[in-house]
Formats: sequence, C-alpha cells, structure tokens
Amino acid sequence: MNEDAVVKVALVSCGSEYAGVHGELTSVAESVNAKLVYPEIEIDILDDIGKDFGIEAASPDLCLMMARAKAVVEGLSDVDGVFITSCFRCAEAAIVRNEIRRYINKHSDLPVISYSFTERTTAATLLTRMEALTTIARRRHLLAREKQSGLTAGIDSGSTTTKAVIMRDNEIIGSGWVPTIKVIDSATEAFNQALEEAGVKQEDIQAIGTTGYGRFLIGKHFGAKLIQEEITVNSKGAVYLADTQKGHATVIDIGGMDNKAISVDDGIPGMFTMGGICAGASGRFLDMTAKRLGVDITELGALAVKGMEQNVDMNSYCIVFGIQSLVNSLAKGSTPEDVAAAACHSVVEQIFEQQLQEVDVKEPLILVGGSSLIEGVPKALGELLKINVLVPPNSHLIGAVGSALLASGYVEE
Amino acid sequence: MAKVIIYPTNSLILSDLVQRFGHTPLAMMEKIKEKVTTVGVDSPPMNITAEEPKHGLKYAAVEVPAGVRGRMAIVGPMIEEAEAGIIVGESPMAFGCMGCARTNELTKYLIRSREMPLLELEFPKDDDEGQEFVYRIAEFLKSLDEVKGESEEATE
Repeated sequence: MNEDAVVKVALVSCGSEYAGVHGELTSVAESVNAKLVYPEIEIDILDDIGKDFGIEAASPDLCLMMARAKAVVEGLSDVDGVFITSCFRCAEAAIVRNEIRRYINKHSDLPVISYSFTERTTAATLLTRMEALTTIARRRHLLAREKQSGLTAGIDSGSTTTKAVIMRDNEIIGSGWVPTIKVIDSATEAFNQALEEAGVKQEDIQAIGTTGYGRFLIGKHFGAKLIQEEITVNSKGAVYLADTQKGHATVIDIGGMDNKAISVDDGIPGMFTMGGICAGASGRFLDMTAKRLGVDITELGALAVKGMEQNVDMNSYCIVFGIQSLVNSLAKGSTPEDVAAAACHSVVEQIFEQQLQEVDVKEPLILVGGSSLIEGVPKALGELLKINVLVPPNSHLIGAVGSALLASGYVEE
Repeated sequence: MAKVIIYPTNSLILSDLVQRFGHTPLAMMEKIKEKVTTVGVDSPPMNITAEEPKHGLKYAAVEVPAGVRGRMAIVGPMIEEAEAGIIVGESPMAFGCMGCARTNELTKYLIRSREMPLLELEFPKDDDEGQEFVYRIAEFLKSLDEVKGESEEATE
C-alpha cells in the first residue's frame, strides 16, 4: 500500500451515532488520512446471524456488528483495518465486541482495535490507536524490518521519562534516559547523553525516529524521518530486544501514564489495547509508592521481591484510593516490603483485569517500559498469569530502540 | 386527533396506519429529520452530539451507556408528548428497530407507565394474524376519537 493512500477502516459499531461520538471517530480517521467505511450486508442475513455467528444478541445493532464482521472476513468489504466500538458499560456489547475482535483476528490478517466509548470520548483520545491501525496497514513493509542498519537515533518522549538511543549496524552504541520536564529540553538532554556515549555527532546520524507523547514536537525539532506512535514502535522494539521476531508474542508496556497490551505476530501488532481506567494501573502509582516509602524508584523492585502482597489489602483502582490504602497499611504496621509487593501486585492485577481481556495472551509475554525494571512487577505478573515473563535487556529503552530500528528503513530509501 | 407514540419507534407501517386514521404518529423518523435539518449543528450522520446523552440523563442514570441515553434524549420527549400508544412486540428488524435492546426495554416501560390508552400486540405470523393485527390497530385508533371526543366534551 502506498504511504499516501487513504486507509479504509471498517467501522463495526453499536450506538456510536447516538452517543454523540461519531463526529470524533470521523475526525480522528481524517487526521490520519483514513476513511471510515460501513461494510455492506444483505438485510436477510440479520435474521440468522445470531445462530450463524453463535451469539444470539438481543440488540439488533449488535447483530448488525456480527454481520458486518462476517462481511469483512469473507472479503465482501474491501478494507485495510477494523475499528470495533460500542458503548462503555454495556455488558451485552462487551461480549459481542470481544468475540468479534477474536473472530476477525482468527480469520483475517487485518489489524483490529476495539474500544468502548462514552459521550466524553474525543478524537485526541483515539489518535494513537487510530494512528497505529493505519500504520500497520500502510507501513507493513517497514514493520517487517528485523535488523537495524546504518547510524540511526531513536527518541522516545514519554509522559514521565525521555529516552534516546544511538544504533549502528544492529547494535546499541549509546543511550540516554532523563525525566521529562520540558519536552524539547529533555529530549535534547537524553539525545546528547546518547551521542556522547556513542562518540558520534548529531550531524553524523543518518535518520532519526521519534515516538511517545512528545513525538510530533521533537520530531519536528530534530527533523525526524519517522514520527510514529508508540504501539507499533514499542511492539517492534520489544520483539527485537527479546529476539522473538518470528511467531506470536504478547507485549505489555507499563508506562508512566498509560499501559499498552499488544498481541504481535511476526513482529507486527494484530490486536492491541491502550489505557486504563486510572493512573492507579500505571507506573505513576509505583513512583508515588516509592516516594511514600522514602526509597528511590530504582530500589522499589528489590524491596517488593522481599515482601508478601497478601499481607496488605491494597486496591489501586484509583490512584488516590490506592495511596490511601498504602498510608493505612503503613499506619497499621505493615512492612515497606509488603507494601511495595502489594503495590506491584495491584498494578499488574489491574492490567490483567482491564487490558489483558482485550488481547489474546500468547507466550512469550514480553514486559517492557520503565516499570519492567522494578523486579516486583514482572514477578507479580508471572504469578498472576502463571507464565514466565520475559524482560529483555534495555527494556526501558524500548520505544527509542524501536524508533531507531524503524528509522533505519529510511536510510536505505 | 391524538398524538400516538409507536413502538418500534421507527416503524413506517405503524406510522402510516396512525396517519391514515387521522392521528399524529410520534415516530423517530420525524425527530431525526428535525435533527438532520437543524442549521448550525454539523455532527453527521444524525447531528447527534455529546449533548444528547447528557439530556438523556432525565430518563436513565449516568451508569447507563451513552448510546442508550442518546436514544432516550430523542424518544423520551416523544413519550411525554404522547396521548396514546401502540406497542408491537416480537417484530422482525425490517418492521422497525431501535438497535439497542436496553433502549427498547426502557422505552416500552416508559410508554406503559403513562396513564393513556395503550394497545399492545404481537407481530403477526401469518395472513390471518396479519388481518387481525391491522383490524385491532384500526379499532384502537378509531376508539381514540371517541375517547378524545368524550374528554373534550367533559372539558367544555
């Protein structure tokens, strides 16, 4: 597919036009040069779709969703990706939405995103997801890249920290990691750290890739050849660092502000989910826990592996209540080790409850992002899912590595 | 002449029947037409914005999905305006459909809660039932004239 071509995204939805979010969906699609299309169906199919698909839903619009999903899978509708969406808090729709997502993923190689909206959902909320969906359709050739070549840089401007790497001929030769304060200043500092360690000058760099929340700003500032959302970049970086580029993998990225769970096939994301109900499920909660315990964030993991989460009743569903539980536990005499373990468990439990239901977890499970360095987090995740959790080397630099790797596609071009 | 709310609220057949007997159907089509032709609002396809689910809070609490509340923002005022109602149950989608089972439940409940003449009947399964279906609706609609006439006399 041509990079400038309009990406056709099948909208498989229930209620979006009545919830007042339709304008936002259209707007976000247009912003990434995509067009929402409604898969055409024969009206008669609706009479039997419940039995054909297997879910006899009471809501006719959900039957319509199943019929449209079938039209997509059977190739009756020519589309490049699928956006499945329904109302937040509707149990019936959640069941259908989830099964449609699995059905399309099983029977086609189309990228799929699933999202439950409220009337407050905005185009900005959906931008990263829609950008990722169109990238997978539009830049599949780039995402198939398995080796870095030339001298490239990747900068990941995250909500909490900014990371930079310099790569040469498939090796990381320099890295930088600083807290994000002023977006451009922090990126410059991280980039300079990486350049210094690598012993190269900025003008020698053949291509720069940027990702993260500040990707557009820093991308423009540094003249990046690749400005890319973090879902595709991080999944690419994860399978590259974990050396699992072929076959299935699941990537979990616990970020400072939100989390991503991505189901990857041959290095290309298939299904993914992003977000969380509250910051209680993100790295921010671990950061606040460390501060309350009076330890550096880098020491929290070692503390957590010595503790027993069962000894502390903690629910970080909301970051405010989570901190309240933490304070109460300490006041009752809980040890810092147990509190640290409970905080790690609480974060991964929320990821399990809120996000891992939206993707199919297939081994290897690769945990990345700054939180993966807190030993208590992979331990808690492994215990919860009863599988081995793989934390690749440089897992905190995932976005920067993915950007440098993908940017090298522009060196040869 | 009475204002008659129909269910399914977008049934063309029911709307037509009500009109043929000289009454005013309260149907979704008219309301959507009003929405679509409203000048100054540009939110295709139906010009429903995030305001509608907020207006729908009058009929359903915030924990009810936005799609239900958005629909209720249109259907709810029609139910309040109605002087009589016809509810057809078990109908196929082609007869009319609101898309959402939860909205259907709430709509039917609110129509039933109004103290007004109400006809409830099942969708016919064969020709005989079809004739009986139309006959019952016709009789109901004719009866509305009498009820309306009596109440107007009483008022005078």
